[in-house]
Amino acid sequence: MSIDVRTAAPGPRPNPERPAPGAPVKLPGTGGQQQTGWSIGDRIGLAAAWFCGISLCVAAVAIVGFMAWKGVQYLHLEMLTSSPEASLDQSTSGGFLDPLVGTLILTLIGVGIAIPVGVGIAVWLTEYGRPAGLARLVESGVEIVAGTPSIVLAIFGLLVFQQSFMGVFSFTAEGGAVFGRSFLTAGSMMALIALPLVIGATREALHSIPRHVREASYALGKDKASTIRRVLLPSARSGIATGATLGMGRICGDTAIVVVLLGASMQTTPEEGFGGLLRGTGSTLTSYVYNNSPSGEGNAPEKAYAAAFVLLMIVLLLNFAVGLIGKRNKPQWN
Amino acid sequence: MEAASLNNVEVQAPDLDIDRTDRRVELLLGALASTILLLIAGMILFVLIKALPSFTHNGLAWFGAGGSVDDQLMDIFNSPADPADYVYHLRAWPLLYATVLITGVAVVISVVFSVLSAIFIVEFAPDRLRRIIEPVVKLLAAVPSVIYGLIGILVVVPFVAHHLISEDRKESVAYVIQLDGTSILVGIFILTVMICPIMIAIIVDALRSVPDKWVEGAAALGVNRWRAMRTVSLRAIRPAIVAALVLATARALGEAIMLSMVAGSVGFAPNPMDGFTFFLEPARPLASTIVDNAEGLSVVPFGQTMYAFAAILLISSAFLSFAGWAARKSFSRYTLGAR
Repeated sequence: MSIDVRTAAPGPRPNPERPAPGAPVKLPGTGGQQQTGWSIGDRIGLAAAWFCGISLCVAAVAIVGFMAWKGVQYLHLEMLTSSPEASLDQSTSGGFLDPLVGTLILTLIGVGIAIPVGVGIAVWLTEYGRPAGLARLVESGVEIVAGTPSIVLAIFGLLVFQQSFMGVFSFTAEGGAVFGRSFLTAGSMMALIALPLVIGATREALHSIPRHVREASYALGKDKASTIRRVLLPSARSGIATGATLGMGRICGDTAIVVVLLGASMQTTPEEGFGGLLRGTGSTLTSYVYNNSPSGEGNAPEKAYAAAFVLLMIVLLLNFAVGLIGKRNKPQWN
Repeated sequence: MEAASLNNVEVQAPDLDIDRTDRRVELLLGALASTILLLIAGMILFVLIKALPSFTHNGLAWFGAGGSVDDQLMDIFNSPADPADYVYHLRAWPLLYATVLITGVAVVISVVFSVLSAIFIVEFAPDRLRRIIEPVVKLLAAVPSVIYGLIGILVVVPFVAHHLISEDRKESVAYVIQLDGTSILVGIFILTVMICPIMIAIIVDALRSVPDKWVEGAAALGVNRWRAMRTVSLRAIRPAIVAALVLATARALGEAIMLSMVAGSVGFAPNPMDGFTFFLEPARPLASTIVDNAEGLSVVPFGQTMYAFAAILLISSAFLSFAGWAARKSFSRYTLGAR
């Protein structure tokens, strides 16, 4: 219930015709009508908002529920401990131990590179950032890396790691052609996927540290470098962890880089010599699922469902960990 | 006295900056940060150089239509080994069209859906539902694309094939394309599900940052909650909506695996004149084309063609980041910042 101020105002009015109570009032100047109550359009909008919100929940429940149902149906424990075999029959094509280990290795290499580099860049951006033009360029550079499709990163990686001087990272054929595909090459491209997330989370954490903390450290005679190492980075630890965990989630879920840069074999095949495993090829859960789906070569939907369920559980666990880190270890400043 | 000692500290602070170890750390970190610029420059340069032969052989006709793009790709793949006889003939229009079509439709649907969902989450959801729905959005954003693809091809595609495609419909287009359920409809649908959570997360953050006073001011003027959201909050967060749009478009452009699984993987340009059948026709965007042909990258002219596709994707995503930045900058003069 709203009261039109002008109809209730006392005193003489230029126009003596008073509108009936409840009638729309013409506002001077705007030419519009005063809107009160819920019009039909408002009601439709509200209903649409409810519909969208509810359908989000339904979609999530449907996806997780369906995957869990299929997962429980097809997942057996021995799948987690046996290697994939080439077989047309789904009951003899083995498990997905290799892809599982592959996912783990790739994730570790990815965040192993992304954390130091990302933290370094974030610290430079927030604590130094001189010259300002360069800092702005780097910032937009990070944004461009974040926006680049992973398939483009993948074939760019292939281009780089197939150069002859990159031979140490992968397998070199007789004629001197470099294969370019290995855990190391795929992992370093994966690092680029995690990098923007680590940088973003670390910068946010550094920004949230108040100025007086830095000044207290300077007042104790510490220079900027040791302030960063002893004060700022320990305080930003939970931010860094959040970024790294988000990055791990993205790395676990990425398929394009694995398909292009990790070779086509499902089994882990190490190279000879030092660091052979890392220089060898293999597979991850994502490429295993892709290969065993009807669009891949294997076409074993039961295996694909089981592996996808395990993958989903890993990703959800990581997601859950992000929430936990954010809640627990946040430093409190007053 | 106290003021004087404080001043001393202020005077000393610049001295700390020229301390030698400190200077070295700054240079080291600055060099590290600059490598990312080198990386991007290298990426654009490398990919463009590798892609150049495909563009120069076809000229602007590269972007045009003409013939079956899959046959052309096959010819390129089977080029003679002699570099002088490499085949480059390509008319990439069906792939470009598929990319723009699938991305565009999915993004438009997602914007509407995400704005409505975000309004619901921030303003209308009952507390208990809100506590469920926020983790749900994060969960949907975290699900890997290959799982979406798997569900798509094993559940949605068979459903479409059995319930939406009748024999008549199949026959009506049988002379150009086979309808088997893998279609742009499924592609757009799943892509929408995938990019919505990204947009919702950004828009929800932005809606939360709208000062309460503004909404309360609107409410005090007798406007209902829906209108207050629409006329005040939504207008205030326009830069954030642009940011969300850009991020989601970049994600949709680069989506390769899921679309190669559910959208048919046929280099075909769906014809809008076919009515509803249009949505049931298959297509294959640029990113999926690269993934599907990852094995052939070592064939020189074929690889160069794939890098040409990558170059298009790279340039459009870089352009998108720039456009998003420019839009946010011009908007944020008279609205809230993007974050």
